[in-house]
Amino acid sequence: MTATLGRIDIEHVHMEVGEGAGRFEALHDVSLRLEPGEFVCLLGPSGCGKSTLLGALAGHLAPARGTVRVECMAVDGPDPRRGLVFQQHTLFPWLRVIDNVAFGLKMKGVGRASRHARAHALLESVGLAGFEMRWPSQLSGGMQQRVEIARVLINEPHVLLMDEPFGALDALTRSRMQQLLLEVWERFRTTVVFVTHDIDEALFLADRLLVMSARPGRIVEDRRLDFARPREATLVTSHEFVALKRHCLQLLHGGEVDTPLPRMTPLGPPIATS
Amino acid sequence: MSAVLASDLAASAPRPRQGSALRRRAAAWLAQGAAIVAFIALWHAAAATHARLGIVSFENVPTPLAALEAGRDLVDSGKLGRHLGFSLWRVGAGFLSAAALGVTLGLAIGRFHAARRALLPPLELLRPIPAVAWIPLAILMFPSTELSMVFITFVGALFPVLLNTIHGVEGVDRRLVASARSLGAGRWAMFAQVILPAAAPSIATGMAIGMGTCWFCLVSAEMISGQFGIGYYTWESYTLQNYGGIVVGMLVIGLLGMGCSALIRGAARIAMPWARTETAR
Repeated sequence: MTATLGRIDIEHVHMEVGEGAGRFEALHDVSLRLEPGEFVCLLGPSGCGKSTLLGALAGHLAPARGTVRVECMAVDGPDPRRGLVFQQHTLFPWLRVIDNVAFGLKMKGVGRASRHARAHALLESVGLAGFEMRWPSQLSGGMQQRVEIARVLINEPHVLLMDEPFGALDALTRSRMQQLLLEVWERFRTTVVFVTHDIDEALFLADRLLVMSARPGRIVEDRRLDFARPREATLVTSHEFVALKRHCLQLLHGGEVDTPLPRMTPLGPPIATS
Repeated sequence: MSAVLASDLAASAPRPRQGSALRRRAAAWLAQGAAIVAFIALWHAAAATHARLGIVSFENVPTPLAALEAGRDLVDSGKLGRHLGFSLWRVGAGFLSAAALGVTLGLAIGRFHAARRALLPPLELLRPIPAVAWIPLAILMFPSTELSMVFITFVGALFPVLLNTIHGVEGVDRRLVASARSLGAGRWAMFAQVILPAAAPSIATGMAIGMGTCWFCLVSAEMISGQFGIGYYTWESYTLQNYGGIVVGMLVIGLLGMGCSALIRGAARIAMPWARTETAR
């Protein structure tokens, strides 16, 4: 792996979302460098602009000022090398699980047999062997997100962008999915940018924690997390973990915004249908 | 995980029939059959006694038996096949061309602002005009009455297909479109692999409605101009005072319309297997 594969440089990025009079500054002067293979969690209250930043990395939103570069190239639109996972799955309901996973390879013109072989292997690695011929609607929420992750991974992305991917799952499934994600990440070693407002989740997953303040969003803390890997579920009860969690709680509640802001998405302002 | 699999398979397989469920079903069928028999009996009573009920008169309404006789005459005359053939051809040609054009225009209008600006205003202007109102102009515009009748059915089916396609395209979840782009879908692949299948249920609805209006328009067109066709037969029966034939024509039109709609629904089920399983869980 060369030094720049999956590296992200964010320089003085300002972002605005909304139309007309409703337009506002969602991000104010954010500068960051994310190293290759780093697992970064963006933690912040709802509406603080973390999803907006993710949208800029994915190429679905353009910064008002500043530049976003991935592997030294300015982001100018979506790209299969930057995989995006939403909070609610976006599997195509008209494709069977295996064809959903193989979609990226089909777009590259890979033949049916070899793309199915690759998709099958990936489904196996997320624990869904045997579910190839199901329709997405026949799977549970956790399974749908696993298919979603497999579908993104088939493009061998250097960067994995995740927007509260486990936010809609129940606590037990969520904790299993976090373990699974870490296992997958150990194997693929992509740079991960993981957006969440769940402190436990952020601390459990990340190498590096970025805490954001509410509107306009700014990075208020940039901290390395040195908990040993592989991480066990019991980590969340350890003394250091709890101390850090208390610290994060103080950071998040220090802001003067009392009323929760509407959740934004990597595609802009909140979507009415979801 | 194998347990999940097994239960899912059980859910999608036909349920084992229980005695009580079967009996309840039989009772429901019996009640429905009795209602139809009662309706026919009332019809017979009104027609046989030449009842006059205020503004409605059954004086010239044929009895069910007279209708049955007229139906037998139609079959014996050997003309039924030609009447059906002409009507089916007109509906088929009008419907298929309307479906092809409606879906193509609908996809373009729903997806591209330029197409919407250029095409939608004139189409919106034409939309409120009932297809039947086109009949005189259609006769002037086309070289044969045959083509003008096909055109009328085409107009009838076009707008339901077009509007439902536009509606379907506009309703495509933009997160699906964003995901497809992130996964490397280009412009053409987006249309073929994402927009079209996402809008398919809406398009199928438009086609089912369009098929209904097709028959409605065909019968009106055939009554005014034509030598064959089931609508023509119905009107001819009136002018020849073969009143039983009127009812036969009405029933055949109803059956054909129902059959064609069932055909569309069946085709949609085959074309969209994923939509079937949505309620299976």
